Amino acid sequence: MTPLLQVRDLTKRYGARLGCGDVSFDLYPGEVMGIVGESGSGKSTLLNCLAGHLAPDEGQVIFDTRAEGPVDTLRMSEPARRMLGRTDWAFVHQNARDGLRMGVSAGANVGERLMAVGARHYGDIREQAVDWLGRVEIAEDRVDDRPRAFSGGMQQRLQIARNLVTGPRLVFMDEPTGGLDVSVQARLLDLLRGLVREMGLSAIIVTHDLAVVRLLADRLMVMKSGAVVETGLTDQVLDDPQHGYTQLLVSSVLQV
Amino acid sequence: MEAMIRVSDVSKSFVLHNQGGAVIPVMAGAELSVQPGECVALVGDSGAGKSTLMRMLYGNYLSNGGSICVGGLDVARAEPREILAMRREVLGYVSQFLRVVPRVPTLEVVAEPVLAAGGRREAGEARARDLLARLNVPERLWSLSPTTFSGGEQQRVNIARGFAHDFPAMLLDEPTASLDATNRAVVLELIEEAKARGAAIVGIFHDAEARAQVCDREIDVSRFTPERAA
Amino acid sequence: MTAMQHDPAYNFAYLDEQTKRMIRRALLKALAIPGYQVPFASREMPMPYGWGTGGVQVTAACLTPEDRLKVIDQGADDTTNAVSIRKFFERTAGVETTEHTVQASVIQTRHRIPEAPLTEGQILVYQVPIPEPLRFLEPRETETRKMHALEEYGLIYVKLYEDIAHNGAISTAYAYPVKVEGRYVMDPSPIPKFDNPKLESAAIQLFGAGREQRIYAIPPYTQVVSLDFEDHPFEPSKADHDCDLCGCGTSYLDEVITDDAGGRMFVCSDTDFCAARQAEGHRGRLSGEDAA
Repeated sequence: MTPLLQVRDLTKRYGARLGCGDVSFDLYPGEVMGIVGESGSGKSTLLNCLAGHLAPDEGQVIFDTRAEGPVDTLRMSEPARRMLGRTDWAFVHQNARDGLRMGVSAGANVGERLMAVGARHYGDIREQAVDWLGRVEIAEDRVDDRPRAFSGGMQQRLQIARNLVTGPRLVFMDEPTGGLDVSVQARLLDLLRGLVREMGLSAIIVTHDLAVVRLLADRLMVMKSGAVVETGLTDQVLDDPQHGYTQLLVSSVLQV
Repeated sequence: MEAMIRVSDVSKSFVLHNQGGAVIPVMAGAELSVQPGECVALVGDSGAGKSTLMRMLYGNYLSNGGSICVGGLDVARAEPREILAMRREVLGYVSQFLRVVPRVPTLEVVAEPVLAAGGRREAGEARARDLLARLNVPERLWSLSPTTFSGGEQQRVNIARGFAHDFPAMLLDEPTASLDATNRAVVLELIEEAKARGAAIVGIFHDAEARAQVCDREIDVSRFTPERAA
Repeated sequence: MTAMQHDPAYNFAYLDEQTKRMIRRALLKALAIPGYQVPFASREMPMPYGWGTGGVQVTAACLTPEDRLKVIDQGADDTTNAVSIRKFFERTAGVETTEHTVQASVIQTRHRIPEAPLTEGQILVYQVPIPEPLRFLEPRETETRKMHALEEYGLIYVKLYEDIAHNGAISTAYAYPVKVEGRYVMDPSPIPKFDNPKLESAAIQLFGAGREQRIYAIPPYTQVVSLDFEDHPFEPSKADHDCDLCGCGTSYLDEVITDDAGGRMFVCSDTDFCAARQAEGHRGRLSGEDAA
């Protein structure tokens, strides 16, 4: 089986400081990988380099494209990479406001990606938008409301619908449950888990919340000071951590 | 006949980096082999390493040496996705505690392993109904999430989930604990049925009678406990 | 008519020759890439932003002493803005001016295209307040430029979607976005969408945005398509009346409130067109009263 994403020796420096260094891994279709670590560990830098939002200094990010097979996305032309960002890739921001157009309706937010790939039939676009709002548990009668009128959890679910409507194969998520109430988090996680399974999505989730990765991720990558210190099956890394930093991270979680 | 589960010369120690790098060896030279249709009980005092061995078989703990083969896969060296595939298709695990996502109804919780192994939804739900009924979980609860159930009800949901898919190999951690006599009998029946269809089973049973009834052999894991420096 | 002399205190058409050359270079580039917004070094003009500083600079760069200039504001030749700009060029360029569309070689306009079809050799100069059609959806100029460069135009449809979602139809009535020659999405300046079909013209159309420092253009006979959805096609619309003065049923109308008792009349927005029709003997519903 060809990996969906092959990352090789990815390095990003901010001047003398290391953002992330020599990161390599393969992500297979349907796999969900969590990246954990404390603030400043380089996990967001890594995610942004993978998603093409930041230009790394070295390395390769090889994606198995539908048309041409594995292609290094860092060497793709910009139009091709941006097209990937609207079709096969999706990015869920921690702050829904960064991932939504706050000034247009929920329906238009979901429809935008469809229109970006050429949908020109209003009725069809709207039908798909309503369908997706339903899948993220937003009532049909809110389709014409602007995201400003939504709660934080709803905004986040809307962002997810907006991202998944074009049937992407790889989803990048940056702290998708950050800043939400615990009960809202649970609902969102449940939803994400269902969608990931149903659509056979591959995903890379950056979070500092170990409960989130235990629920969503198949495997984990633990980062500290820009370097990957440990990788493995999620429950194995959390239950039998090998690296001192991971042990500290796991033992620091408050038990409820 | 080829063993379904084979453990050879497995060792395990914990290194506590944040406590002065203390190394705690917990297992050395572990050997175990289970044939299809066979049920082997792990015995030994509390802390002897029964759970540790089970967790290593499931890929939940890493081993430091030796090999662990389950259905042809070397668990000690496998990639995460290979271990996940093994857990979906080959090796079932009935733990002592139910760990589920909030809000998912009981019927789905139980049917899920069937779907994960590639079964159809109808087949999974039919199997789930059957098991829940046999384990006397009231039908009015099936559409609710088990998170709010009593401990006994949760345990029965957990067992139903564990037996939903016909795994060729199974790990059972105290499957009869905290069950009344009726349900205990049902669980033992399920184990017998699993053996009859050829499942290789490794279990921890504190319930000596149950153990005597379903297990073919016992392995005393304290044999694998390394000498510890006092 | 004798050719007038321009005020010798000013260079011909107010701007210095180097500035006019700079603007002409931008105009040529704009004509070469229809619909593409060309940056130019917009000058301070002796009038406030919003009064047509972009259009005036383009007009100044195009004018020759032989030209005949017409200036309209929302179709009218006799409004303050039109009169001021006409006088400005009479004084600084000494060119002839006219109110007749057919006689003009250069027409500067704010928010309308004349009703009479334009012909080869004519230049129509638009005053543009905001040249960027994607501005209200994507405020970052770096991003909108990239979107134009990569032909990523999904966003413009978001606006049309919103129109339909909230109003049941595409309610954008002016500055209706168009795609030029199958490539660039362009803001045709705040002309009513009724005028959009006239963007496909025999004349040269030049657009100047002074404050925003952008020039763009539509060469003669260029394809200009108004954007729409398959199930909500573009419809050029106007008030459902005839002109009350000349009786024309096909021209764009202004609604004029005539008293404080709800009285109103509809008249052609293009004053030259309406006057010409009346001179030809056409009459509308209220022409009699007017005469009386």
